[in-house]
Amino acid sequence: MLFTIFAILTVAGAAAAMSLRNLVHSVLALTVAFAGLAAVYLQLGAQFIGLAQILVYVGAVAILIVFAILLTRDNVAHPEPTGGSFWMASGAVALTIFGILAWAIHRSAASRPLASSQPEATMQQIGSAMMLRFALPLEIVGLLLTAALIGAVTIALREKKETR
Amino acid sequence: MAETADQFFVILQHWLVGHAPASLQAILSALLSVAAILGVFASLFAITTVFERKGLGRMQNRYGPNRVGPFGFLQPLADGIKSLTKEDIVPQSADKVVHFLAPMMLVLAAFSLYAVLPIGRNMVLADLDAGVLFFFAVSSVMELTIFMAGWSSRNRYSLLGGMRAIAQMISYEVPLILTTVTVIMATGSLSTVTIVAKQAGYTGIVPHWFVFTPWGFAGFVLFMIASLAESNRSPFDLPEGESEIIAGYYVEYSGFKFALFFLGEYLGMFAISGLGITLFLGGWGAPLPFLAWVPSYLWFFAKLLAIIFFFIWVRGTLPRLRMDQLMNFAWKFMLPMALMNLVTAGVWHFLPQGVLRWIVCGLLVVVPYVVLGRGLMQDSKLGKRVYRFAE
Repeated sequence: MLFTIFAILTVAGAAAAMSLRNLVHSVLALTVAFAGLAAVYLQLGAQFIGLAQILVYVGAVAILIVFAILLTRDNVAHPEPTGGSFWMASGAVALTIFGILAWAIHRSAASRPLASSQPEATMQQIGSAMMLRFALPLEIVGLLLTAALIGAVTIALREKKETR
Repeated sequence: MAETADQFFVILQHWLVGHAPASLQAILSALLSVAAILGVFASLFAITTVFERKGLGRMQNRYGPNRVGPFGFLQPLADGIKSLTKEDIVPQSADKVVHFLAPMMLVLAAFSLYAVLPIGRNMVLADLDAGVLFFFAVSSVMELTIFMAGWSSRNRYSLLGGMRAIAQMISYEVPLILTTVTVIMATGSLSTVTIVAKQAGYTGIVPHWFVFTPWGFAGFVLFMIASLAESNRSPFDLPEGESEIIAGYYVEYSGFKFALFFLGEYLGMFAISGLGITLFLGGWGAPLPFLAWVPSYLWFFAKLLAIIFFFIWVRGTLPRLRMDQLMNFAWKFMLPMALMNLVTAGVWHFLPQGVLRWIVCGLLVVVPYVVLGRGLMQDSKLGKRVYRFAE
């Protein structure tokens, strides 16, 4: 019952994000889809992933996209209809990808119903796994992100100097 | 007797729920808690507006509101009636749906923050395993609603205010969360109830609050500065600077929607102060061991009111920052201090108890503060201001 509501919310949000003319409206619809997905995670008992989804996607990614839209173009509604001549081709690509994914998930071991009740990872377990067992991968990701951040700042700074 | 007074509301709730049929008890219990939160914090908002206006009035050598009711204390009632009866004007070019949704979502998110705040012993709506994470997730939704308000009004001033608000909130969220991490490191839990429980107990008459450790003190100061900025309060109130961009993102809101923005902003302020109390000031714990008989929720609200008065005091005293000062302060001072504080908390944890750890951690807090402060002040020429024509 709850899952149906969240699923409809997610799918409707995603569909609206694709079909709305106004880009900012699309971002807001996308946010609804993110929130719906987070609700599904929470319903499954994955508190950490659900809340991190809201914190990262609704709080950061949506605002990042909004900034990108407002800084790069007018927020006037796009006059031409969305889709156009690519409609058929993109639809075929999307269907193919969905088919492959659905087939792969169906074949994989993860989709088999588990005999035992599903294991519930507490926050403590997730934390110690990240800080002890997966500390090195975490630090490498952190290093990568810092490098990306510094790179972005460097590029932005150089552009500013040229325009002056 | 003290026990009964402390648990009065919990017992009352159990007694009320006990009358309902078994199938409805869970829902009724949740509804009662929600109703209590709505009622208490909405009235706290009403009281705070009076105190704020009267307090600011005192600091500016005037009376403040004193016409409605005794000493003007019924002023919020008059304000409420006024905003309810005012016409709700929506600009013609505004994005009607988003314009309508923004204040609602803001207040909804602001009220959701209270779900994880332990107001008293056994008085928390949801003791989530990831309580602190929930708090920050919901408060990040508030940023989006502010953008929605600023953008949908189709007003240059409100868009500017919205963008300023988002830039400021994102910048100050980094030190805010980093200072919170120190407490999470010390307690090993994200649950607000566990964090409060870990701060129980006294050494002599000094409670085991985290604010009484070097890293906790630095963390508390940083947390309070960042929470001032997060709630768009003076001196970080650029997003709504009246003299520059009229009132920022809610210029185009009138009537009750304006009141909702006001409500959402104050609720956010109370909630983040409540989180500060939970993290550093021992939550509902009594400050002195022989005062433990006072009901726990009274301590929580006493601490909350103290912080609110501090905020009002700051608002009456400090001038508004400039945009570049705001950003420099966040990224060049707050962020390095918060990172150093993280290291300090780790060192504190691994050093044996004693005088040595106080000295080492104290130095770890004071030295970066002095060095950073000196470094940042080097370029700025501070001295007596010279006027060319005014004198």
